[in-house]
Order: sequence, then C-alpha cells, then structure tokens
Amino acid sequence: MAYSDSHDAPKSFFYRYIWSQDHKVIAIQYSLTAIFMGLVGMLMSWFMRLQLGFPDEFDFVTPSAYYQFMTMHGMIMVIYLLTALFLGGFGNYLIPLMVGARDMVFPYLNMLSFWFYFLSVLVLMASFFVPGGPTGAGWTLYPPQAILPGTPGSDWGIITMLTSLVIFIVAATMGGLNYVTTVLQARTKGMTLMRMPLSVWGIFMASIMALLAFPALFVSGLMMLLDKTLGTSFFMPAIVSMGQQLDFEGGSPMLFQHLFWFFGHPEVYIVALPAFGIVSDLISVHARKNIFGYKMMVWSIVAIGAMSFVVWAHHMYVSGMNPYFGFFFATTTLIIAVPTAIKVYNWLLTLWRGDIHLTVPMLFAVGFISTFVIGGLTGLFLGNVIVDIPLSDTYFVVAHFHMVMGIAPIMVVFGGIYHWFPKISGRMYNEALGQMHFWITFVGTYLIYFPMHYIGFLGVPRRYYAYDNYDFIPPSVDDLNSFITVVAIVVGVSQLLLIYNLARSTFKGEKADANPWQATSLEWQTPTTPPGHGNWGPEQPKVYRWAYDFSVPGAKHDFIPQNIPNEDVPLAQEGQPLKGIDT
Amino acid sequence: MPLAIALVIMVVASVLFNIYTPWWFTPAASNWGQIDDAVNITLLITGVVFVIINLFLAYILVRFRHKPNQRAHFQAHNKKLEHWLIGVTSVAIIIMLAPGLWVYAEFVSPPKQATTIEVVGQQWRWSFRLPGEDNELGKSSVSRVSGTNPFGLDEADPKGQDDILIAGAQLHLPMDQPVKLLLRSLDVLHDFYVPQIRAKMDLVPGTVTSFWFTPTKLGQFEILCAELCGIGHYNMRGHIVVESKTQYAKWLASQPTFGQTMATEESIHPPPELVLSPVALLKMGQTLATTKGCLACHSVDGSRGIGPSWKNLFGKQEALEGGATVLVDKAFLSESIIDPNAKISQGFPPIMPAVALSPQELSALVRYIVSLSKSPQQVGK
Repeated sequence: MAYSDSHDAPKSFFYRYIWSQDHKVIAIQYSLTAIFMGLVGMLMSWFMRLQLGFPDEFDFVTPSAYYQFMTMHGMIMVIYLLTALFLGGFGNYLIPLMVGARDMVFPYLNMLSFWFYFLSVLVLMASFFVPGGPTGAGWTLYPPQAILPGTPGSDWGIITMLTSLVIFIVAATMGGLNYVTTVLQARTKGMTLMRMPLSVWGIFMASIMALLAFPALFVSGLMMLLDKTLGTSFFMPAIVSMGQQLDFEGGSPMLFQHLFWFFGHPEVYIVALPAFGIVSDLISVHARKNIFGYKMMVWSIVAIGAMSFVVWAHHMYVSGMNPYFGFFFATTTLIIAVPTAIKVYNWLLTLWRGDIHLTVPMLFAVGFISTFVIGGLTGLFLGNVIVDIPLSDTYFVVAHFHMVMGIAPIMVVFGGIYHWFPKISGRMYNEALGQMHFWITFVGTYLIYFPMHYIGFLGVPRRYYAYDNYDFIPPSVDDLNSFITVVAIVVGVSQLLLIYNLARSTFKGEKADANPWQATSLEWQTPTTPPGHGNWGPEQPKVYRWAYDFSVPGAKHDFIPQNIPNEDVPLAQEGQPLKGIDT
Repeated sequence: MPLAIALVIMVVASVLFNIYTPWWFTPAASNWGQIDDAVNITLLITGVVFVIINLFLAYILVRFRHKPNQRAHFQAHNKKLEHWLIGVTSVAIIIMLAPGLWVYAEFVSPPKQATTIEVVGQQWRWSFRLPGEDNELGKSSVSRVSGTNPFGLDEADPKGQDDILIAGAQLHLPMDQPVKLLLRSLDVLHDFYVPQIRAKMDLVPGTVTSFWFTPTKLGQFEILCAELCGIGHYNMRGHIVVESKTQYAKWLASQPTFGQTMATEESIHPPPELVLSPVALLKMGQTLATTKGCLACHSVDGSRGIGPSWKNLFGKQEALEGGATVLVDKAFLSESIIDPNAKISQGFPPIMPAVALSPQELSALVRYIVSLSKSPQQVGK
C-alpha cells in the first residue's frame, strides 16, 4: 500500500530520535514530555497541600502562589499530562501496531504534532518566569476574573496560558486527524472494525471527540485573548474593578462557561475512553479470558462518546444559567451512567471464571476498577441537579473528579506502561518495585480522597487558601488536612519508584520475550522486539480473528494470536475442532 | 490474595467511616433540608453498589486466581444477563433521579409571597439592598457605581428612593418568611453560599441571577463565597441573621433608605473628630474594617494574608517595592487607604481598591489600625 513506505528508515541520530517520523519514537517523545509535566503538576499539588496541611508554615506559598499552583496543577494534569499521554503517547504507540499498519498515515504531520505539543509546553513553562507569574484563575480560567487585577497572573500569566492552549490544540488536531485516519484507512487485511482491540476503540473515539471538542476551547481561548489584549467584550460586561470603571460592555461571562464545558465535559471522556479501552485489554490478557460482551463494550464507548456532548451544563448547575436547563442536563447525565455501568459489569464478568494472574499491570487494572467505581458513583450525586446544589464547589467535588479522572485513569496509565514496557524497551521491569509502586499509590490515593467526600458533605468549600475562623468548620478538618498532606507527599515520592524502575530496566532489565504476556493482539507479534522501522519486516500481518481468543476450547495454548489462521492453531487433541466463536 | 484482603478492608473501613464519620452535613437552617433526603437516597443506593462491587471483585480475585493447569472459561457474552443488568441499573438511576427532579422543580419555583432582597458582590465583600416600603427595587447599573453611590442606583428613579442599603456584610432575615435573593456582581463571578441553607448560586456580572429559600432556624450563619473570585476568595465573609419577625422589624426600622443616605452625603457632613469620643471612633474604625472588606486581605492577628497584616504594622519600618523603606505612621496609613498604589509593600500584589471614606471614617480606620500595635505612643512623634 502507498502509505506503507511513505517515509524511509532514518539514517542519522538526529532523524531517528529527534526529528523523527516514526510513530514509536514520537510516542516515546510524547510520553516522556507528558510524564515530566506530570511531575511538575505533582510538585504544584505538594505546594498546595503544604499550605492546606500546615497553614502559614511555608513562606513561599502566599495566597497568590497558592492560586497559581492550583491553576497550573489542574491544567497540567488534565491537558499536558493525561490528554497528551493517552493520545500522543499510547495512541501513537498502539494504533499502528495494533491495527497492523507500518506507521501513521501522515508521519510528517505526526512529527509536527509532537513538536507543537513541545512548544506548547515551553510556552506554558515560560509563564512561571513572566512578570506576575502564571495565571491563578483556576484551571477553568473563568472570565472576568482571569483577566482582571484581583487574580494573580492576570496579565502575562493568562496570555501565556491561553497561547499555550491554542498551540496545544493545534498539536492535538494534527495528532487526532492522524489517529482517526489511520484507524479508518490503514488497518491491515482482515482487521475489521469489530476485530480491533478495545484500546484502539477507546483511543479512536477519544480522538474523534478531541477533534470536535477542542475547537470550542480554541475559540474561547482566542476570544479571551482578544478581550485581554485588544479590549473586546466577548466575555466582559460592564464592570467596576477595584473601584475603577472599565471599558468593557455587553459581554457574557456565561458564554465562556458554555464554550469551556462544551469542551470540558467531553475532555473528561477524552481521558476516560482510552483508559476504558486499555484497561479492558489489560484485564482480558492477564485474566486469560476474552473481554465479556465485546460488542456491548464497543457500543458503550460510542454511546458514551456521543452522549458526552449533551451533558456539559451539569458543570453549571449553580452558574446562574436558566434553571430549567437543570432538568435536561440532569437526565442526560444520569442516562450516561448506564453505558458506563455496563462497562464496569463487563470488566467484572471478564474476570469471573478467568485465570487471573496478578501481575503488576493487572494490579493496576483492579485498582482502576475500584477507584473508578467510587468516582463513577459520586458522579451520580453531582449529576443529579438538586443533590449537586449543596455539594458543588465543596471538597466533595474535589474528591469526585480526582477519583474519576485523576486516579482511575492514572492507574491505567501505570498499568499500561508496565504492560507494554517489555515491547517498547525489549526488557522486563523490576517486579518488586512495580508491586511497591502499586500498593503505595492505591492505598495512598484512597486515604487521600475518601475522607474528602465527607468534609464536602460538611460544606467545606474548595479553592480556599485558608479556613481560619469559620465557625462551621471544626478543628478536626485541620487535622485531616495535615494527614492528607503527609499521605500526598508519600504517594508523590513513591512515583519515583516508577521513574527509577523504568530508567534502570531500560538499560539493565532482564531481556524480555517478544510476547511475555502471551497476548493475542498484533503488537506482540512483531518480528523484532522492540519493533523496527516499519514494524512488520517485509510483510504486514493478516488478521483472522478478534483480539480476544483466550482459552478457546480445543486449542492447545490458552491464547491464539490474531494473525494465526484457524488451520494453523495447535490443537489440544488432534481431530477435536476449535470451539471458539466466529468473529 | 493481599489485594482481595485490601479490598475487603477498604469496604469495611468505608462503611464504618460512613457510620462514625466526624464530618456530616451541618444541620440545615432552611426548607432545603429536604435536599438532604435526596442526598441520603443517593448515598444509600451508591453505597450498596460500592459494597457489592468491591466485595464481588475481592471474591473473584480469590476464587479465580491463577493456579497451575487452570484454564479460563470461554464465554463471549450472555445477552440475558446483560439485559438484566441494564434493567436493574436503569431502575436504580430512576429511583435517584425522580425524587431529585421533584425537589428541583420546587427549587426553580419561588413562592409568590417571597420577599425580594438584592445581594451585591464585589471583590471581596457582600452588601445588600432591600426594596423598602413600595416593595420594588429601584433601577441600578454598574456604570453608575461610584464612591458615593456604591450600589449604582439610579437617583432619578422614585422606586429606588426608599430602597434600604446595607453596606455591612450582615443581612437580617425574618424567620419562616420565604425570601428570593436577586444576585448581582459588580466585578467578577462570586457565589452566595451559606452551608446551613444548602442552596447556593453564582453572582454573574452583567446579569441578575436568583434563588429562594425559607429560613427555618433562628441564629447567625456564615456567608461564604463558593466561586473562585481572585486571591481574596477565601476571605469573602458575611453573615445572615435569622430572627423573629418583631426583632427583624426593629432592625429594619433602624436602616437608612437610599434617599436618606444621599441627603446625608450632600448636606450634613459631620465635622470630623468632633462628635465622637476616641472610644466611639475606635469602634467605628473596627466596624469599617469589616464592612469595607478590609479584613478579607489584612489580618489583625499577624497571620499571612493578601495584604500586610495590621498587627504591629504601625510604627514598623516597612520595605517597599523598589527597595525603599518607609516608617508606617498615620500619614502613611492614610495615604495607603486613599491612594493604595502610591507605595506598595514589598512582596504584595498592587491590587487594593481605593475605598471611599469620609474624613472622619478615615481617621477612625487609622485609629483602629494604630490600636493593633503594641506601643503606639512611642511612634510617630
């Protein structure tokens, strides 16, 4: 096929590792940059937690700095870590390998996508050094405060933030077009859509959503930039700020909120759907069992993706929008719980009567199920408009969204990294360090976020620098805050176990087999490990079955790779035919 | 196995925590206590699901853990089971949603007899306006806001003349009388939030938002801001005072109307430092510090805030942006209140709004700040 040799093998170090068009190298570039940003984001959360846990003990966390750390933490984690890592990292690595392609269909565009992402990161980091520092408007960047003087970084900080986002969206669009086109056009022979691994389905759907949702953020970012720099009034009504009459008139702050959440809610699923897909594959492989209800899993991914575009205003129940919208958005939001619940049931039913190997990837997959269940269930509180009203803007919300779109997806990120590390590096990670990393992360995050729900019930508001002298907040909340801070620092430090494990194992780990997990999907069937340029050697693989032929009755082994035709499958007993399903 | 045990411990600990939690809803003080019922229904259903799923998961992990020669069961799907699960899930969701929407229908329909009160938010303080005898609020607009007209009322509108303006962040409310709050912001987003009332709503500049409630408990309750509104967000404080109808009527009668305050501004400026004793002046300064929102940024106990703490500020050598230092005397304090950006203390953002004060109010406020220093006599000679 024409695209299979659309670019030649790179000849120099520079073209191989820096200015690379190979999807696997770009995936690693994306991942390393995203993980670095994750560490920066984590550092920000520590600074915040220091002030909350031990008020006024740490001089550098002034109110301005606190709000700046809070804003940068949120934005970095959602956009520059999770979105970039799932789509740019996992998407880049897995899509071509899993669908049997030699590379993305637009390799040059793919390279540009990474470098635009890298540029957006540089611009974002630059905001720490501009006059006034980074913006402290909260990751939602709501105007008018984002561009008015009562907010830290309301001049250069917000300008660099918006510029960085706009560049990021350019990168995400180039990547997204690539992922979608590759899935639609470059699947190898026999790889029908309904034979694709769920990882590809999740990333594919998330990429489509990114292409549809990011433009809303793009335009709102540009409009706010114009409000800030040229004095337009898209989002700015008449305002008296700090006793001064401003020149704005007639704009609508709520318009920004609608645009932001029209992006922002799908964004939750842009992060969640790849996680759903990847964790399905982890569970299936390590339980040696086909994913339960594959078709239902695919359709629930599609249904969640589509529905996520009609629930956005559940973030705005107390925003002052027309209150009658509440009926509509509460209903759509709770309906979306049905396909989500189906996914949870099907993960459990996949494990049911499986042959469960508690490898490190599987530990993280189970950790995902457990934390996602908590985050999903608390979503039923916040989606139901009247229940949301007392809870919104309290610590209940903080606990909810960290569980559902922070901890649960990052569990999948970790599980996925451990799972594919042998393929990426050709070496095994250290099992003991991996286990330790899991246990500290799983138990720690639970200790951090579970009690937060209850101070949310109490009514403790979020985004507060200090809680001095509020009568309804008992001193026990301060004790809890100190406890959470200590745990958060321990969990944070334990992430170095992952970094150390990966760094050390890349050079000194045991050599890994080409298919150490005995998995069925194509990326494990490459002729070399790590896969070489073009992935497949002289001939692309042909696909004869779905990605989940585990423990098929009649087969000798408990897995049948996708590229093995029925007649080549070793049988348990000669003459006894396979009893698998026809896909 | 350890993972299964961990999951079981987690479930048991969570259930116990839920029973013995030290943190629960602050007792409701409004009709929206019924929201708590909707929360409890949701908590019960989701709690049961949480327990079942995690215990089931733990059971699976033990029962189907890898053993030599074990092979997983091959089953692609089970239509009947899947349909059952969808059915049960849908029913559970309807049970949660239906009562929720029922209560919400009430939430969006304020009763006809509800009193209207306007809440005005600005960085970082609350003020309030009552409609007065004609029961109608006069016209207002942000473009009319000035030091002498902080609510931006239209002076020509007769309906506004009897409006009652409350500059202090304390709103009195009569018990058992439904009240509809009209929310207006002069600068950025805020959110009127009283935990005991349960209901909350954003204030959005450029538009008027609203919600209603009926106070059902006597007492004083804190107002907080629940929508990030800049660095003073965490200190945007106020109170509602719920009292009997007679007490409320007494309080109401003591509040001046808009017409009266405008007349005061124009004609009878009291001569400064004459009518008030030093003690009364000090008291006045203390009140002003609260009502003008100063305390959102300046602490009086030495703790760190957005602006320099007032404790022991007077008499101190204060470092300024640009490297100079200045002695904090009465002149410096007065200048900093009238023209906040004239000199900026080192390490603090230049964001303080100029506050309109009469000469007497200014000296009262300065006197209060001076009183917070250890030995004010020694300084400023």
